[in-house]
This record gives sequence, structure tokens and C-alpha cells, in this order.
Amino acid sequence: MSRSGIKAWALVHKWTSLVATAFLLMLCLTGLPLIFHDEIDHLTEDQPVFGMPGVGSSDTAPGLLPLDDMLARALANRPGEVPLYMAFDNDQPSMTITTGPRPDAPASAMTIQSFDRSTGELIGAVSEDSVSGVGAVMHFLLELHTDMFLGLPGMLFLGVMGLSFVAALVSGVVLYAPFMRKLDFGTLRTQRSARAKWLDYHNLLGITALAWMLVVGVTGVINAFAVPIEKAWKANELAAMTREYAGRAALDPARYGSLDTAMAAARAALPGNNPQFIAFPGGTFSSNHHYAIFFQGDTPLTERLLTPALVDAETGAFTAARPMPWYYQAISLSRPLHFGDYGGLPLKLLWAALTLFTIHVLGTGLYLWLAKRKAPASAPAAGPRAAIAEPAE
Amino acid sequence: MSRQRTLSVIFAWPLALFVLGIAGLVIALTGDGWRDAAAWAALAAPLIVVVAAKRRSRH
Repeated sequence: MSRSGIKAWALVHKWTSLVATAFLLMLCLTGLPLIFHDEIDHLTEDQPVFGMPGVGSSDTAPGLLPLDDMLARALANRPGEVPLYMAFDNDQPSMTITTGPRPDAPASAMTIQSFDRSTGELIGAVSEDSVSGVGAVMHFLLELHTDMFLGLPGMLFLGVMGLSFVAALVSGVVLYAPFMRKLDFGTLRTQRSARAKWLDYHNLLGITALAWMLVVGVTGVINAFAVPIEKAWKANELAAMTREYAGRAALDPARYGSLDTAMAAARAALPGNNPQFIAFPGGTFSSNHHYAIFFQGDTPLTERLLTPALVDAETGAFTAARPMPWYYQAISLSRPLHFGDYGGLPLKLLWAALTLFTIHVLGTGLYLWLAKRKAPASAPAAGPRAAIAEPAE
Repeated sequence: MSRQRTLSVIFAWPLALFVLGIAGLVIALTGDGWRDAAAWAALAAPLIVVVAAKRRSRH
């Protein structure tokens, strides 16, 4: 590569890194405890004793209570509210029912109740203002990590910081070549200047963990754009699936029909699959007239790829079922790849270790930038020939 | 100063680690059991390489 080429890539690397470093450090520090969200919840919350342990609430096993019965219990606890979501578990009979004051209520106004579908008992209820202790700390970290308490603009901003991180990774790989012309892979010049030592660490940690950093970066960006992606699905695919209903007034919650009838119709259309959640009419994931029952695929890989079955919420008649489009499936696959929650505790520990790698790379990058500003061209190692072996700029 | 290295020499290890990393991240998505264990091994590679480089730099 020519000297001017190296110089241009070095500028890209410097500015894409500098712009995002503070936010990336925040994302790493808040992300570290979030990796262990489940474990922390498990340690700090009482574990429920289920009536039928090991039977998933998404199952059709005899003994599981009807969905209409479960919904009536949830609404009895929240008089005047309407149902928004009902979510299932494949491993235990636990399920959650989300309610709110209106069909299009914002997340901050929602209340989530957990039930045991085998006994009908309430396990717990969470609303935005009722969390305390460790739960509140984790919630705070999650909000900071997702949108910095700024809602959609905050999410999109962090998405752009993620794009900057990806650009910094790509330019870092390009610059890796001129820096390593005279060094063997894995060389750490610990006996020379502090600058050479931290440069070698920066390059080694960055290049060895590149795949992970790139995947977590790109999937973080995709997650950050979840809201516009969901809106695009609703405006395009969902609108096309419910075309006959376009122009009708929203269905009054008092006229919602049986969930069990709707579920039976959906299961008949997609036999063999487990439902993951039901979105009620009027929310982000359904039309104004349908129960949108989201089914998982039946293999470990396709389990994350959802197919909604739309059932008329008043009559229980099946309307349509169509797999989510590729751009929504990209979010579905981005979640595990960003959270690291899909391969047991060892994977989470590796996720944490690689987060520490990232913090190290961010820290050494900042150090190298500051050290060079203090001692520019006069440093002995920065002669014309050494320009390629040292940070090029 | 030693000789200049070609791009294929410079990127041999990085490319191998990159492919291993991506394969590890993806394989655990496709199922449990041995697939998870393969992912652990693949994602532990960066840690092993850095520890090895650190040890070598002391000699």
C-alpha cells in the first residue's frame, strides 16, 4: 500500500475510533453485567415451584389451563386494562401476560404478570416503577446500554456509534498489514518503549478477537435499528397479509373473542410448531383486528425464525400466515449473537473475556493516540523508515 | 531488521482465527451439546493465542 493510502486509512481509523470510544466503553461496561442477566436474576429472585415442572406453557399437554382462563386471571388483577402480549416458555409452564391502559400503550405504561399455566397461580408482576434492588440496577444498565434513556433517538445514535466501531475495525485490519511487515504474528515488544508494547497489544488483541468484535458490533447495530425494522414489517408485510381489513375501525377490546379458538386455528395452519407469543390487536406486532400468534421453527436454528399466524380476533377465523421477511429474521438472529446467551455459561464467560479484550483495545487505542500527541515526530522511533512499523499517520 | 513479510504471511493467522471465530459463533446457534462445546473451543482461541504470545515475549 502507498504511503498516502496508509495515511488515509489511518485517518479513518483515528476518527471512527475517537468518535465512538467513549460510547463503546460505556457499552462494554454496561454490557458485561448484562451478559449474566439470567444468572443474576436467578440468584436474586425466588424460584417458583411449578405445578407441572418441565412442561412448556407453549405445549398442548392436558392439565395446562386454557388461555382464556389465564387471560381472565391477568385482567382481574388489572381492572380497566387491555391485553397486549401473551408470551410462552418451551421448558416450563411459566408464561407472561402484558397488559396496559390502551391497545397501543407505550412500554412504560405496561405491566407484565408471570403465571404458572399448570396451576393458574400468579408468580410475579413487573411494571416500570415497581422494580427495586438488583432488578432495578439491571434495568438501569439495560436502558443505558440500549438508548441512554433517550428512547428511539438514543437507540439510533448508538446504532451509528456501532457503525463507527465497524468502520474502525475494518480500517484497523487494513492498517494491521503495514504495521506487521517486519514482525511475526503474536510479537509483543515488551522490552522496548511503552508505545511499542501497547501498540503490539492493541494489534494482537484486536486482530485475534476480530470475528467476535465484528459480529457483536454488526448485530448491535441491527438491534439498534429494531424499531424502524418492525415498523417496516408492519407497514409492508403485515399490511399485505391483512389487506381485507384495511380501512376498518379498530376492534373494541370488549369484542375480543376466544384465544383458545384462535390458537387452535393457528396451530392447524402451522402444525408441529410452538407459539412464542401472541400480539393483541393495535400494538406494534399486529393489525387492529388480529391476534398475531408468532410461531417458532421446529429445529434449533429455525426456532429463532418466527412465522406469524394472523387470526381474526373477533371471530377466531384464520386469516394468513407468512414467515417474517429477511430483514426481520436478521433481528431475530442478531439477538443471540449480540447477547451471547445461546451456548451455556461457558459461552457467556467467553463473551465477558472478549468484552474485556475490547475494553483493552479501546484503552490502548486511546493511549496510543494521546502518547503520539505528546511526542510527535521528534520521538526516536518515528524516523522515516520506522513510520511503517509505528502508528502511521 | 528482518525481511518484509507478504500479505499472505501477515494474514495467515488472523484469517484462520477469523474463520474459526465466525464458525464458533454460528455453530452454537444450530443446536446444543457438542455444538456448544465446539463454540467454546473456537471462541477460546483468541485467549489462548494472547496468553501464548505473552509467555513467548518473556523469553
